Amino acid sequence: MLFLVLAAVGYFMAMPLVFVISNAFKPINEILKFPPDFLVKHPTLTNFTDLYHLLSGSWVPFTRYLFNTFFIAIAGTAGHVLIASMAAYPLAKRKFPGRAMLFSVVVLSLMFSATVTQITNYMTMSWLGFLDTHWAVIVPAIGSSLGLYLMKQFMEQIPDALLEAAQIDGCSEFRIFWNVVMPVVRPAWLTLIIFSFQGLWGAGGAAGSMYIYSEQLKTIDYALGQILAGGIIRTGPSMAATLLLLTVPILIFVLSQSSVIQTMSTSGMKD
Amino acid sequence: MIPLVKKASAGTGRGPLAPLLARKWKEAKRSKALYAMLAPFFLIFFTFTVLPVCLSLLVSFTDFNMLEFPQWVGWRNYAQLFVRDDVFLIALKNTLIFAAVTGPVSYVACFVLAWIINEFPPKLRAFATLVFYAPALSGSAFIVWTLLFSSDSYGYINAFLLKWHLILEPILWLKTPKYILPIIIIVQLWLSLGTSFLAFIAGLQSMDKNLFEAGAIDGIRNRWQELWFITLPSMRPMLMFGAVIQITASFGVAEVATALAGFPSVKYAGHTIVTHLMDYGSIRFEMGYASAIATVLFAMMLGSNLIVRRLLAKVGE
Repeated sequence: MLFLVLAAVGYFMAMPLVFVISNAFKPINEILKFPPDFLVKHPTLTNFTDLYHLLSGSWVPFTRYLFNTFFIAIAGTAGHVLIASMAAYPLAKRKFPGRAMLFSVVVLSLMFSATVTQITNYMTMSWLGFLDTHWAVIVPAIGSSLGLYLMKQFMEQIPDALLEAAQIDGCSEFRIFWNVVMPVVRPAWLTLIIFSFQGLWGAGGAAGSMYIYSEQLKTIDYALGQILAGGIIRTGPSMAATLLLLTVPILIFVLSQSSVIQTMSTSGMKD
Repeated sequence: MIPLVKKASAGTGRGPLAPLLARKWKEAKRSKALYAMLAPFFLIFFTFTVLPVCLSLLVSFTDFNMLEFPQWVGWRNYAQLFVRDDVFLIALKNTLIFAAVTGPVSYVACFVLAWIINEFPPKLRAFATLVFYAPALSGSAFIVWTLLFSSDSYGYINAFLLKWHLILEPILWLKTPKYILPIIIIVQLWLSLGTSFLAFIAGLQSMDKNLFEAGAIDGIRNRWQELWFITLPSMRPMLMFGAVIQITASFGVAEVATALAGFPSVKYAGHTIVTHLMDYGSIRFEMGYASAIATVLFAMMLGSNLIVRRLLAKVGE
């Protein structure tokens, strides 16, 4: 009985992605066929070459969209992992005035989403001169509270003895963080990397469209939307693009899954 | 943080609070290196997360168009929202329906699925985790649903129904008000096995197995009792975390709605508080009004989180 439920939900979850994969390899006559087949019969790579031609024909070169997507995702993720971990260490392992207050603000911030702040952030961005630059997407992502929360919870389980040993050796707090703590929390970085990367990889759509107007600063998924607007005839290339886009975060997750689960086991919230 | 403490310590020597503050100030000075490590993150966090909430509360009482200086208007924006703005009331109704359906359903689904696959052998469990988590991971791939629900006979769902003679002509799925809401809910559920799902899998895996043996001795007879009296209570911190993530997500529906049903959607059938917010904030630039909408949304998210936390504290009692 339970397995029936599982199979049904599994089908519901997997079906659309299988549809993407199958359509990405369908030749044009199979895409236009009625009634349409769910699975591809004669797989072909024409959609990928068509995609390449379509994109190289647009006045903003395809490589530019690709660069923008990678730049936002990598700069934002790297900054987030470093800066959030650096802040997580004192919160997890040291006592200082203001610690409890700072952490409860972080927990509170998990209870509302970025949509609440986007109007006022638009004003802040315009004062800071971030509008129409990649920084408008990158900088807020660096200060994402979910990453700090998960990192702090994970760091709490580091034995104090490890830190004391380094302290006796005369290491500064930063040295302890960098040389002792960071190597131990590797699973947590991988988790922060996947969450941050996944958010930023698709961010061109949501946050990007709000703060970035220049064509040459937009990301792949904006370009994807443009292709899809071409209607049924563009289905093939747009599914090819969707497939390429979703492979990257899925690949990162496959490689880091056990670390992510290990990190999430400390994610609980005490009341 | 620091200036606040500084101001307080200026009053040293007066009242019983003073020695405490002086000691705190000394501690704070000793922790300089720690504050330096906290600074970069909290500077960004306060600028883009905490400050906006406070600012938006303030701006919501003004009339502000980004060009002229804001004018204080008191409660007018809120009064207009709830009394005059019919579209907002539609958005409010839709958002509450989304939240009431996708929130609980996705939360329970996250837990039940995690619970079922927990007993699988590791390889199979990893595979099942990937299958369920993949949609949440795949970001903008949800636009594939626009093809599935496409209004011509090439739409897969229309074609399927036509083939089996369940319908006679293609249905305009994303242009018919009565279908828009359910379709957005379906897609939103498809995307919702995310962070909480992973947290539940992790929580179930790291459970202390001795608890089950102890439970068997104490007279736990079946799996359901085991679930209610042992598994759920020991998962409580994880359940809290999952609830926070799921609730927050269920109120923020917008991207899927605009991508599927268009913006604005037919008869506002897919209009939510967030799309209403975008309409006034980034199209009409009525920042005061938009801030009032944001503040209402903030209060709804925070309020339901706090209520659910209360309820979860009762699990397994």
